[in-house]
Amino acid sequence: MKHAVKYLALSLMGAALWAQPAAAELRTIHSEKSLYRNIFVTEDGDLRCLTFRRASAGTRQTCITLKDPLYLYFPYARMMMGALYLNPDPKHVLIIGLGGGTLPMGIRSLMPDAEIDVVEIDAAVVKAAREYFTFKDDPKLKVHVEDGRVFVKKTMKTNTKYDLIMLDAFEDDYIPEHLLTQEFLQEVKSIMTPGGVIAANTFSSSGLYPYESATYASVFGKFYNLKAANRVIWAQNGELASQATVDANATALESKLEQRGVNHGMLMLMLNGRDDWDPKTRVLTDQYSPSNILNSQKK
Amino acid sequence: MRNFAVLGISCWSGFMLMALELLSGRILAPTFGSSIYVWGAIITIFMLALSIGYLIGGKLSMSEPQIKVLCGLHLLSGLLLLPILAFEGPVLDGIFDYTQDPRLGSLIASVILFFLPAVVCGTVAPYAVRLLVKDHKDAGFYAGLQFFFSTSFSAAGTLLTSFYFVLIFEVNQILLLLMGMTIAMATTAFLISRRSA
Repeated sequence: MKHAVKYLALSLMGAALWAQPAAAELRTIHSEKSLYRNIFVTEDGDLRCLTFRRASAGTRQTCITLKDPLYLYFPYARMMMGALYLNPDPKHVLIIGLGGGTLPMGIRSLMPDAEIDVVEIDAAVVKAAREYFTFKDDPKLKVHVEDGRVFVKKTMKTNTKYDLIMLDAFEDDYIPEHLLTQEFLQEVKSIMTPGGVIAANTFSSSGLYPYESATYASVFGKFYNLKAANRVIWAQNGELASQATVDANATALESKLEQRGVNHGMLMLMLNGRDDWDPKTRVLTDQYSPSNILNSQKK
Repeated sequence: MRNFAVLGISCWSGFMLMALELLSGRILAPTFGSSIYVWGAIITIFMLALSIGYLIGGKLSMSEPQIKVLCGLHLLSGLLLLPILAFEGPVLDGIFDYTQDPRLGSLIASVILFFLPAVVCGTVAPYAVRLLVKDHKDAGFYAGLQFFFSTSFSAAGTLLTSFYFVLIFEVNQILLLLMGMTIAMATTAFLISRRSA
């Protein structure tokens, strides 16, 4: 009897050990409470991720594979980088929202001479990106720790213009509402060069979708709308590049982008050509911007 | 009936104050962002204004406290929302020209736009307590009652504004609504107290 119990206990332990590996490998290698959120850096085998609020996989902001940190692990990052199809050689780039820094590092590796400004509100995120995600400043890549809108407003007072602006300031379910209004997008547009491109990482399926669409359309007119788990908008200051131009640029960039996971064919499959929202939807403004409430509602 | 009017003003004053504080974040965000500094500045200025309002209200209540003075103070707090509506844009642009630091900028903006209405809201509490108290033995009870009504309505003002009003109205429409209701409340309380006097 004693033996039987021992055997049972041992086999249960064995079963537990057997069942565990997949879950047990998610290790938290850094955690920190910043002014704005809880920050976790987790590692699961070769995959290192930046996570806000909880160390679970559901709220991952950025992931890199350690053997190839430049590979864009998340589809949204590939969709963002695909904005290069509209303007393949930006000289002056603004990225609002750092995360783990995969977007600025990706741009830097493709365009060694581009001037890049990154704006991040949370100094702790900048620190984590530098220490754990191979993010590196250089003389032409500067990080500004401040609110994105304040940075844009300051830039408006100078003559600085950007060829490419990447908006990646939304958390998995929190939106800084003043970064999704008609006035803000007009301010952004005013610091873009003619033909300059904006790529915005947003949400694809919530009550916010039609409002966000109407707001972007009110400032930029027609835009490219890519939908997967995330939604990425590609818009331009001036006439939107034609599909033929997009295809030609994509082909030219193919050799460089393909190894990062950015695949022309895949991105084109995500492209949604129809304006699939009610054109009479209320536009979000500084006076009316309940984005978080709308985002929590079903479509 | 008179107590009813005093408590009515206490309720709406609490509601209006917190609805305004919540909206002030929205008003400053386009210029100074929504970083922790901006909220820090707003809360600091509101607390400072209230504390000064309490002193002034207490002092005012020393000489011949009358309900019509309370109605007047409440009316004034509502009317002081008008400058926010009228000058918010140029004031914020002017401050941003002067300083682009969100800490200093939002402190200055909060002082200019929100300080006075918050001070006047602060005067209501001690003045209302003075009107309610007939005997010093009841002072604690009536102070508790006044705090209960004004603070529970502050909670309601915060919740309704952040969950519902912003989903339906524009910021300026909510400010107008608050102003209209405050004027209506002050007038109603004045009429009630005159009839019962």
